[in-house]
Amino acid sequence: MADKIEGVLKPVMKGHGGIHVSHNKNTSKCEIVRIPTPAKVVLPMQQHIGAPCTPTVAVGDEVKVGQVIGDSEAFVSAPIHATVSGKVTAIGPVKVANGSMVQAVTIESDGEMALYEGLKAPEINSKDDFLKAVRASGLVGLGGAGFPTHVKLAFKEDSGVDTLIINAAECEPFITVDHRECIDNSWDVLSGVYTIKDILGFKNVYIAIEDNKSDAFTELMKVAADEADWDDSVKLVMLPSQYPQGAEKVLIQSVTGRQVPPGKLPSDVGVVVMNVQSISFLGRYLKTGKPLVSRSLTVDGSAIAEPKNIRVPIGTLISDIIDFCGGFKGTPYKVISGGPMMGMSIYDINVPLLKNNNAVLAFSADTVKVKQTRACIRCGRCVEACPMSLMPTKIETRAHLKDAEGCAAAGAMTCMECGSCAYACPSGRPLVQYMRLAKAVIREESAK
Amino acid sequence: MELNNKLTVSASPHVKSAETTTGIMLDVIIALIPAGVASIFVFGLKALAVIAVSVAACVLAEFLSRKAMKREQTIGDLSAVVTGLLLAYNLPATMPLWEVALGAVIAIVVVKQMFGGIGQNFVNPALLARIVLMSAFPARMSAGAMAGTNITGWDVEAATGATPMGMISLADGLKDGAPSLMDMFIGTTSGCLGEVSALALMLGGLYLIIRKVISPIIPVAYIGTVAIITLIAFGDVNAMLYEVLGGGLMIGAIFMATDYTTSPITNKGKWIYAICAGLLTCLIRLFGSLPEGVSFSIIIMNILVPHIENATKPTIFGTVKEKKNKEADA
Repeated sequence: MADKIEGVLKPVMKGHGGIHVSHNKNTSKCEIVRIPTPAKVVLPMQQHIGAPCTPTVAVGDEVKVGQVIGDSEAFVSAPIHATVSGKVTAIGPVKVANGSMVQAVTIESDGEMALYEGLKAPEINSKDDFLKAVRASGLVGLGGAGFPTHVKLAFKEDSGVDTLIINAAECEPFITVDHRECIDNSWDVLSGVYTIKDILGFKNVYIAIEDNKSDAFTELMKVAADEADWDDSVKLVMLPSQYPQGAEKVLIQSVTGRQVPPGKLPSDVGVVVMNVQSISFLGRYLKTGKPLVSRSLTVDGSAIAEPKNIRVPIGTLISDIIDFCGGFKGTPYKVISGGPMMGMSIYDINVPLLKNNNAVLAFSADTVKVKQTRACIRCGRCVEACPMSLMPTKIETRAHLKDAEGCAAAGAMTCMECGSCAYACPSGRPLVQYMRLAKAVIREESAK
Repeated sequence: MELNNKLTVSASPHVKSAETTTGIMLDVIIALIPAGVASIFVFGLKALAVIAVSVAACVLAEFLSRKAMKREQTIGDLSAVVTGLLLAYNLPATMPLWEVALGAVIAIVVVKQMFGGIGQNFVNPALLARIVLMSAFPARMSAGAMAGTNITGWDVEAATGATPMGMISLADGLKDGAPSLMDMFIGTTSGCLGEVSALALMLGGLYLIIRKVISPIIPVAYIGTVAIITLIAFGDVNAMLYEVLGGGLMIGAIFMATDYTTSPITNKGKWIYAICAGLLTCLIRLFGSLPEGVSFSIIIMNILVPHIENATKPTIFGTVKEKKNKEADA
């Protein structure tokens, strides 16, 4: 862990709560490698927050990499592109990681990975051109949320947004792709940052990284120093390695000292946060015009034979991804899409990788065994751990009673489900589940 | 692949800290060992008998009451053992064993299980049992066994003396014949089992703080408050130290007032709770008719915990944004 690097800023503020969870960054030295072209990809028409897309191709169509295969009229949506070249073999509902059925286009690969001819670097003369280009790229938040990026960037001139924070904190245990992105694709990251800074006119730009990734700082600084056009207006910030440092609200507080009020967006305090992979993609896309057809992710965990960081066409089945990483080691007990703190455990690995999925982890029973649930002993560890200064145990009681008013007053809606409370609980109470229940109770009541 | 329906699905997070309720209780038990050893050293095997009966009766009472209520068995969490130890430490070695067992039943069945078991009791079970016994058998409870007598024997009944807290008053200060401060610190005075050695109790408290089982706020604020007030009241450091080291203050502030269930979960609340407990203790000790006030102070503060917690809720993230954001911009 680095204490201090010349020219790197320190956080301006230390927030409440958080937990120290084993980092397990086993793959931090694993360069991102490309997976061989999969036999087929399954592309759900909803891989983002917002309106689902409608397929723009038909069964039997030949498609090429980067060709639009699904789009929507809605503003809050992002088009879906073919991620391999080949033939559309099916259009219909498929099961996705969260268990729901979603309309999807299945493409059988011809193994060529032929690029679509219409792709060219977007011509950008105005902010509008830029936002249109971002929408056309199909980019959504690659850090996990999957919010369409063009919507996030479409803030009004007079809205007071002055700060861009690139989130490379990567506080989730095991995941190292953001770290690798800073090292393996440092030029793309910086190119994206400087371009977007000029186009959208941010006054302050920060790249925020936790202090357990000191090589990411040195690499980015080295690359920035080599490029004459890149001044020192983009600052690196070294954050303490503490979970959930990379959570949007926590990150904004650490870097700027501003607090996003409950129910508000970062732009309400003048900040836009983008994941480092999103910005790196934008850097490449503005040069090449190649839309979002692949992404990097970490494959790790005690039940994965050969942990790796890999670049994968979106829509590749998780079973294919695990096979590429040597298959399972022993009997897997849990397979998680995302990190161990906020990821989702899946019951079927024959589901496609989505745009916002940054990790596939598999664990044997001894490493993620469910803790025995006992009664709350009011030890207060959840209160101590909550980065939003909530009292999770109180919200749990209110949720039990289906007391919508009580849940709301206790701030249940402010919970971001980071899992710090449930991690810290010695009684193994499923507090995140109760937070979700509390939110459901509130929503149900307000729908009446 | 043939994995389908064999993978476990549960809500995030998928990793949990290694801490468990049982582990925490075990830490408390470990922290209580020095005081137990000191009491056996001072009072002899009778002290061991009181401890053994109290623990056994607490565990049995917990087992039977869970059984009778057809509830999940909870003796494995070791909280009944902790209650048993604390109850024993709050009784004199002269206590007949059947009365010790009665106290255990009151603590576990009436105070803990009837209100829903671990985490649900609104007052400290061991303390309330002590108060019930104190009311039922006042003479026995107010006289602690004298130190150093009959160390190997069982018959300590004959040799009882007043608790050290009877040897000090606001009017007269420290009376002649009061034990020395050094004796009170190391543990050669009379009193309840867990009151005799301040040193042993402080060692246990230090262990709990280092293991992060308890926050130092309650013991520090409670003992600090008593120290400051008695120093002002007596104007004498010796008298102040006598008040701090004597009676149930150490065990109360370190082990009883820090009970999770009956103390506030907010840090601000902990300060208020402990300072108020210190004030009440001083009020009772200095102006009340009882020589000792720790038990009553803690029980009274236990009852006020829900209100203290309500009044000290942490400020939810972002709800003071106007001020904070302005400061950040300035």
